[in-house]
Amino acid sequence: MLQVTGAGAAALLALSACSSSGSDSQSGASSSGGGSGGLSGTVNVFAAASLTESFTELGEEFEKQHPGTEVVFNFGGSDSLAAGITSGAPADVFASASPGTMKVVTDADAAAGTPVTFVRNRLEIATLPGNPDRVASLKDLTGDGLKVVLCDKAVPCGAAAHKALTAAGLELTPVSYEEDVKSALNKVVLKEADAAVVYRTDVEAAGDKVAGVEFPESAKAVNDYPITLLKDAPNADVGEAFIELVRSAEGRKVLTGAGFTAP
Amino acid sequence: MTTPHRTGAAGPRTDGPRRRRQVRGGAPLPLLVPALVGLAFLVLPLVALLIRAPWASMPELLTSTEVWQALRLSLICATAATVVSMVIGVPLAWLLARVEFPGRGLVRALVTLPLVLPPVVGGVALLMALGRNGVVGQWLDSWFGITLPFTTTGVILAEAFVAMPFLVISVEGTLRAADPRYEEAAATLGASRFTAFRRVTLPLIAPGIAAGAVLAWARALGEFGATITFAGNFPGRTQTMPLAVYLALQSDPEAAVALSLVLLAVSVAVLAGLRDRWMTAS
Repeated sequence: MLQVTGAGAAALLALSACSSSGSDSQSGASSSGGGSGGLSGTVNVFAAASLTESFTELGEEFEKQHPGTEVVFNFGGSDSLAAGITSGAPADVFASASPGTMKVVTDADAAAGTPVTFVRNRLEIATLPGNPDRVASLKDLTGDGLKVVLCDKAVPCGAAAHKALTAAGLELTPVSYEEDVKSALNKVVLKEADAAVVYRTDVEAAGDKVAGVEFPESAKAVNDYPITLLKDAPNADVGEAFIELVRSAEGRKVLTGAGFTAP
Repeated sequence: MTTPHRTGAAGPRTDGPRRRRQVRGGAPLPLLVPALVGLAFLVLPLVALLIRAPWASMPELLTSTEVWQALRLSLICATAATVVSMVIGVPLAWLLARVEFPGRGLVRALVTLPLVLPPVVGGVALLMALGRNGVVGQWLDSWFGITLPFTTTGVILAEAFVAMPFLVISVEGTLRAADPRYEEAAATLGASRFTAFRRVTLPLIAPGIAAGAVLAWARALGEFGATITFAGNFPGRTQTMPLAVYLALQSDPEAAVALSLVLLAVSVAVLAGLRDRWMTAS
């Protein structure tokens, strides 16, 4: 029975961005499953795209610690995830890349309790491997002849880049405003652009496909990542336990390993 | 003058009378009910867009320069992509319809592949081929200094890639239906193969070309995935309306609805205006 619920939830996840508020009837179906103190059932975690690598690792760890549970992730742009949640997507946990997108969820009264910041992320310049253009600072990106991509201001990484540039008093005309941080990074990975301003974690995740250049102005545009249990969580107990793991010393280790900093 | 019979003199047509044949009496319920469900399914989302539109703030949202920039760019690029499709797509359709060569079935399948390919895949494929580091693109860059990603030309290419199959299919279908004896007659009267194509075939299949062009134009106008993947997003240069809608949705859903309405209105106007005239002729 749980399996069926899980499959249904997974199918709904795929539709999360456009699903309507008809799924509330599902709640309770899986949380009533366990009986004893042990946790079981599927937990749906909506998380910012930049958390993909670290949360996937934590999810596997969680399933190992709690046999009988399954962590299903829906990674995406924080904004579209928030929109999905406020439209009734069946999520238990929401981890966002910015307090602004989290506020969309709390304003809609969809969060259970107050969200907590669990990690911070800062920006870094991603350049071609070996840094052939010798980019050393944010200012170097403003020169002519260098193809730079930024995230669009509508998404958190773009807002942060804008903030850093403003703090540095720099004007930068990119060749493109990308729709999310991964596509900005991939333009450099594919060597179509010479540099991109992305999160440090994305540079880390890309390995040797890009070279990272830190810049001091990134301190002016640090993104807080809040996490919260959701009010209509179909499987609140397991969701709570997953948040505990994320915030534990063990979780912290995985996250800082991916390039995040502790709050 | 607006009936398909405009071109009737050029060849025997059978779809005129067929079009007018109608079911006598009421439609049977087992057909009527699903038909209405189908209609509602397709129209309801569009109606919802109208209902949820922020009518009060519409004038303000729509007079911003970014919107006009995006709309202008969309119209220019869709038109340019259609022209590109016609210039290379019509000869391609002719080749597929009139010339027997080994592997024709495979070529036909390849030509129509972009129809079913996810547009993002098309964008990635274009990057691999024509990107700065692409199979062909690296030579374009080192020999001529031409890079296509992040340019308006890139948008036009991305749109042509997904839109051209519509034109090719439509033109090929029309060519197959058109009687080759007219071309043969022209040939016996001394016309070269190309002259026959230009003076006889082209006028004969003009309605098919027009129908295909309208379809291709509409598809190009709505193209999103390949464009954002291959050409990126920069206001005034590569940000077409669909991209503007997608990004507006991230920060300002009301603006996204307003922009969607503009695109919807333009598409409906063009399709409704041209459909009766051209589409039925194919």
